[in-house]
Amino acid sequence: MPQSIGQIIKLDGVERHFGAVRALDGVDFKVDAGECVGLVGHNGAGKSTLMHILAGTGTPDRGSLAVGGAAQTGYSVGRARQLGIRCVFQELSLCPNLTVAENARVSHRSIEGWGWRKRAAALIGDKLDEIFPGHGIDPNDIVSDLPIGKRQMVEVARAFTVTTDPLKLVILDEPTSSLDAHASAQLLAYVEKARQAGISTILISHLLGEILSSASRIVVMRDGKVVASDVAGGFDRTRLVATMGGAEGHRADRTKTEARALGHAPVKVKARPEGQREGHELVAREGEIIGLAGLAGHGQTRLLLDVFRASTGKRPDAEVTDKVALVAGDRQTDGIFPLWSIAENITVRSLARLRRGLLIAPDMTRQFALDWQKRIGIRTPDIDNNILSLSGGNQQKALFARALGSDARIILMDDPMRGVDIGTKLEVYDLVRREAEAGRTFLWYTTETEELDNCDRVYVFRNGRIVAVLDRHEVSEEKVIQSSFAEGVA
Amino acid sequence: MKTLLSKPWIWSFLGALVVFLATIAFTRGVGTGGILTAALSLAVFTVIVGTGQMFVITLGPGNVDLSLPANIGLASAVAMKVMDGNDAMIAVGLLAALGSGLAVGVANYLLIRLLRIPPIIATLSSSFIILSIDISYGRGLQIKPPPGYADFTNIQIVGIPILAFVTVAFSVGAAIVLSRLVYGRSVLAIGQNIRAAWLAGVPVERVRFLTYALCGALGGITGALLAGYFRGASVDIGNEYLLSSIAVVVIGGTSVAGGKANVPGIWGAALFLVLLLTMLNTFGVSPGLRLVLTGLIIVGVITAAGGQKALR
Repeated sequence: MPQSIGQIIKLDGVERHFGAVRALDGVDFKVDAGECVGLVGHNGAGKSTLMHILAGTGTPDRGSLAVGGAAQTGYSVGRARQLGIRCVFQELSLCPNLTVAENARVSHRSIEGWGWRKRAAALIGDKLDEIFPGHGIDPNDIVSDLPIGKRQMVEVARAFTVTTDPLKLVILDEPTSSLDAHASAQLLAYVEKARQAGISTILISHLLGEILSSASRIVVMRDGKVVASDVAGGFDRTRLVATMGGAEGHRADRTKTEARALGHAPVKVKARPEGQREGHELVAREGEIIGLAGLAGHGQTRLLLDVFRASTGKRPDAEVTDKVALVAGDRQTDGIFPLWSIAENITVRSLARLRRGLLIAPDMTRQFALDWQKRIGIRTPDIDNNILSLSGGNQQKALFARALGSDARIILMDDPMRGVDIGTKLEVYDLVRREAEAGRTFLWYTTETEELDNCDRVYVFRNGRIVAVLDRHEVSEEKVIQSSFAEGVA
Repeated sequence: MKTLLSKPWIWSFLGALVVFLATIAFTRGVGTGGILTAALSLAVFTVIVGTGQMFVITLGPGNVDLSLPANIGLASAVAMKVMDGNDAMIAVGLLAALGSGLAVGVANYLLIRLLRIPPIIATLSSSFIILSIDISYGRGLQIKPPPGYADFTNIQIVGIPILAFVTVAFSVGAAIVLSRLVYGRSVLAIGQNIRAAWLAGVPVERVRFLTYALCGALGGITGALLAGYFRGASVDIGNEYLLSSIAVVVIGGTSVAGGKANVPGIWGAALFLVLLLTMLNTFGVSPGLRLVLTGLIIVGVITAAGGQKALR
């Protein structure tokens, strides 16, 4: 669509308040045709709020919005769609009880009449093949049966499907947070291809490397304001980090702490993926940080859940010798209690220790929550606010606080850094290392290879089996990907 | 005032007040005391079963105990048979009724857990079994309570039934259980997100077991109390509690979707239902129309009270 060169969307002086929190404090923002705008900033900087306004799911309290040069009043999701603006939200929005094809139909009203299911399946299937070759998703799969990584692929592919409405701009809010390195690369390559075809994208990510390599222009947000906007070439990692401000100022040089001699520490966890009789067995000793790697959805989460179950009852394939807590990555399904306050969400795992006699002591729970709010930096004016008042990354911090504050000696982490900003990540890495030195054991499933640098040992998964064990000094992205694709091992 | 209005239970009390005022306006104040005493006496039973039902419903979508009417009927017969008209056996009879209710609750849970039957079906089918047991055990006879026991359940202090005092204390206890015991928090957590609760270390199955057992036991106690109050056990003594136990929970501000419970609201809702019936009786409405109106009014109240908590 080369004729549509020009401005796609423009915001002027947009403000949005949630109670006392100014999520957006006078934002000017625009996207032109054929641009890939990278949007970065800390958790709670206002990125997601801004995207909700662009997508029509949120309305600004003040300021104006123009699409294709025409000022908009009564802007809504339906209107945004007609104008060719689509959004892939951070909190995935597929209907879990429907199939992939049926979900595709939901956003394409024009598919109707006999055989609609088949046409919807073809539409989404072709797009998945185009973006993520070798994705392994059947359009007839029920969404709730898919692991979170594949759900994210479906959501992304659906946003790029076209029937009657035009497609001009796709907003991708943390699209790679649940994708492994392989699928992320496929997506970013597709974004570039789409850009050349004139489809603009807004890419929100905490992975600065991704932004620097894929975006044509980069916008930095801080405390509800746009603080910088420049062509991508004008930024490097250091300048980006400095512009975002805050905790990365002291970005820790990631010299790997030297390998610790833990060979004689007591074994805390022994586990084998279900159905794998011989070959590698996962062993975690006291004080070790164990990484679970490989492509997303290849049995890592299932192993973590087996270990979790083994902590409360006997299991044939896992042995656990201490109390276990889990940090959920899929926070809506596995973590958050949506009716509760932040404080209640943090303390739920530790209530038994926060009692006087039989009764839960409100002052003790409050103190506990406040301590952890401070330790992990949850951005909120009031710890008694509802948990959903927090941005995604801050909700995730509350889940970290829940697990790290508990009496568990073994912490399972199910790709827990989805939507968490770099500043917080570095703080959490530090926290994890300190806790490990104090004798806690971590099993850490991650889709981000650089997080594996924190691990003492890494198990690579493929098709539900452990196919390789890498020692700390052997871990590298190539090595992990190579092991993930190696055929016929184990 | 604004904070008071934001409490979900306030609506049920307001409803009760409106209905009460309408009634005494109609009677021009005649028999006001009597109406209140009768309302309190009857509300007590609804509050006790309603509290049990509240804990079950709070466990989340699909959780409900439909066996309460049969449970109440059986427990009333058990209590009267064990007491056998003898004042010395009152305590034993109460314990037996409690045990009978507890057994029903445990059986419900086992059906749900072992046979994986949805709670609605499990408790409904168990209620048929209980009913059959009750019929063959009580042989359809009305068994009279011991005189001391019947008197006790009818004692009033300055017009307020003694059972009302006991039940207020019980409700305070239930509120504490809900908000200050790990068990109560676990019920709330499971109702919001059962998987997240499991992953946060909540012993989900133990909590569900305790909840169905608790609801059953409260049904058993209510059966024994009703038999004393109405001076005799009968198979259908608990019939009206099928609808009313659920209605008071919902009208009282507890979320049908689970995870959010409200104890004071049960009192307001129970008084509302009893006073509503009194009002329709005073107005001389025929029984058929009375049922229709009761149904419509309950639907109306739930719709009105549900509108303000659309946040989710």
